[in-house]
Amino acid sequence: MSEVLSNNNNSIHDDADNVKPPIASVGIIGWIRHNLFNGPINSIITLAILYILWKVVPPFVNWAFIESMWTSSGAECQQADGACWSVIYANFRFIIFGFFPHDQQWRPLVAMILLVTLLLCSQNRNNWKKSLAYAWIIGLVIMGLLMKGGVLGLPPIESSQWSGLPLTMLLSVFGMVAAYPLGIVLALGRRSTMPAIKSLCVIYIELIRGVPLISLLFMSSVMFPLFLPEGLTINKILRAQIAIILFTAAYVAEVVRGGLQAIPKGQYEAAEAIGLNYYMKMRLIILPQALKVVIPPTVGVLISAFKDTSLVVIIALYDLLKTTQSTISNPKWMGFSAEAYIFIALIYFVCCYAMSSYSRRLERELDK
Amino acid sequence: MKSLKVLVAAAMVLMFAASLCMAGTLEDVKAKGFVTVGVNGNLFGFGMPDEKGVWKGLDVDTGRAIATAVFGDASKVKFIPLTAVQRFTALQSKEIDVLCRNATQTLNRDTALGLDFVQVNYYDGQGFLIPKKLGVNNAKELNGASVCVLPGTTTELNAADYFRANNLTWKPVVIENTAELQKAFFAGRCDCMTSDISQLAGTRAVAPNPADYIILSEVISKEPLAPAVRHGDNQWKDVVHYAVLAMINAEELGIDSKNVDEMLKDKNPKVQRFLGVSPGNGKALGLDENFAYNIIKQVGNYGEVFERNVGLNTSLALKRGLNALWTNGGLMYSPPFK
Repeated sequence: MSEVLSNNNNSIHDDADNVKPPIASVGIIGWIRHNLFNGPINSIITLAILYILWKVVPPFVNWAFIESMWTSSGAECQQADGACWSVIYANFRFIIFGFFPHDQQWRPLVAMILLVTLLLCSQNRNNWKKSLAYAWIIGLVIMGLLMKGGVLGLPPIESSQWSGLPLTMLLSVFGMVAAYPLGIVLALGRRSTMPAIKSLCVIYIELIRGVPLISLLFMSSVMFPLFLPEGLTINKILRAQIAIILFTAAYVAEVVRGGLQAIPKGQYEAAEAIGLNYYMKMRLIILPQALKVVIPPTVGVLISAFKDTSLVVIIALYDLLKTTQSTISNPKWMGFSAEAYIFIALIYFVCCYAMSSYSRRLERELDK
Repeated sequence: MKSLKVLVAAAMVLMFAASLCMAGTLEDVKAKGFVTVGVNGNLFGFGMPDEKGVWKGLDVDTGRAIATAVFGDASKVKFIPLTAVQRFTALQSKEIDVLCRNATQTLNRDTALGLDFVQVNYYDGQGFLIPKKLGVNNAKELNGASVCVLPGTTTELNAADYFRANNLTWKPVVIENTAELQKAFFAGRCDCMTSDISQLAGTRAVAPNPADYIILSEVISKEPLAPAVRHGDNQWKDVVHYAVLAMINAEELGIDSKNVDEMLKDKNPKVQRFLGVSPGNGKALGLDENFAYNIIKQVGNYGEVFERNVGLNTSLALKRGLNALWTNGGLMYSPPFK
């Protein structure tokens, strides 16, 4: 009897295992029902979105790929209905390298590859050793030599000819690298108990944050030269670079201050209790925790700083955006601004996305 | 407060003193080995880099002519792209030696801004671009028209003045960006478009069908575009002035970049004086005797420069019009080189 029962039990069990759930609740259909049509409102929204996609995507694909021109001349493009990617193809080297002499453009290319390689190597925290610091120093010297020239038979290139993507990268990488430590110092200064330092930092941060970057750039390019002694002119790129650094540092400072305030008072007291002085306390206990807490907002500030470098357009520095604008104000290529802007939007997106995905990875690694 | 006043006063005295003891721009330029020219950077036909990043344009060639006058070498020049806001400051702060950036000569700029304009290198004027199907032949028929115009420029004010003076109504359609403005005009969002005629020609050139559009013959404002230098440096002003005039004078004398070598043997005393075969002009300006020869040889005469950058074979397809020689009914007139 018991055997029969157990058999029965088994068969029931087997059946339950074998019987598949209704086809409508698993697989693709199930997923669709569960996620897209699980209620009247969601169904309507799904349908509406599908309708919009149907209206937008096929015409876009048609415009961007099927009827598009890739290597034609401007005049041929005028006749075509689709996108004119030829504007990129024909002006690629000017958009990317700007005024850098045509036969020397391998130099900024090598410099940029070097910079990206170094950045990629620095991503992995296992590589953060002394050798990496040396690699950076050597790399920076090589990049400087490549851009400036004047040695080893490289013809010298004036910094006024640096333009396009190399200029954008120069302004943003050095802007961020210099602004970050300056921002930390300002944040510590603002939390300081010494009134002079504290008020100086507060004035600096509030003054800079109260002014848009555009006006800082204007001041650096239009007002500042008038106050310099006769005959002394400071490089235009350097002036813009300093304005960007000063601006970004103020924002980084406020973000870092947020991190410092988030650390419980006990940590400060504990650090003091084991006899650490101010610098050791900050370096060993407080900052490592505070900076970790504020990774997401810091990356936000740095990404917007990267995009803000395109504002140098208004002081006629030929960064990536300006070389593109210059290209499409040529009558031959006028009217293809959408294509050109999509192209540089992609470049900006790749850079910003790389930054934000790296920051997420860093957060995960530090959380372990 | 008092110390601030003292500081400001000291700064002003310093700047004044500095402006008194400055060396002439010509010596400065010769010492550094190149001329720094402020240009537009975004205006096809006047100042703009080509696909290879080489500067092209009427203003750019004017800059090259100045460099050739000083150094006998058209490549000894550095172009600095400037925005409309920066251009005069850049000149005042000595960031550039000469401004060739389609700047209109006006009384205020000549006096209050401390600039000196030299020989005009392009006579422009504001006009109207209309679609042919509008059936308008005269700007006075534009009553009630919607007009596409860039904001904040003298263009907008000129148009307002014109319509008011003629008791006409108009509806400005103000769009910030040139490319967008053109798109709006071609899409029919306004009846006509107003701007400098040289720019209207550029707009017409990129129309879906240029033959459908005409530029009305009325010119509603005067826009003499001239290179500018700092006020008070007369020697440098003379150099820039006569570098531009040399190109015009060469065209008057029938000298161009191709025949200039033969013209050296010409018996005409005017030509001999001009090309420095009989000396005098160069010394008077503080330049080489053959400065005019070098300009014509390396840059060309005014007609060549005009045709190369904005003439009928370019996308702008501009006629000489006011910029023809005075002998052909234009305004280009050079005083004698003697």
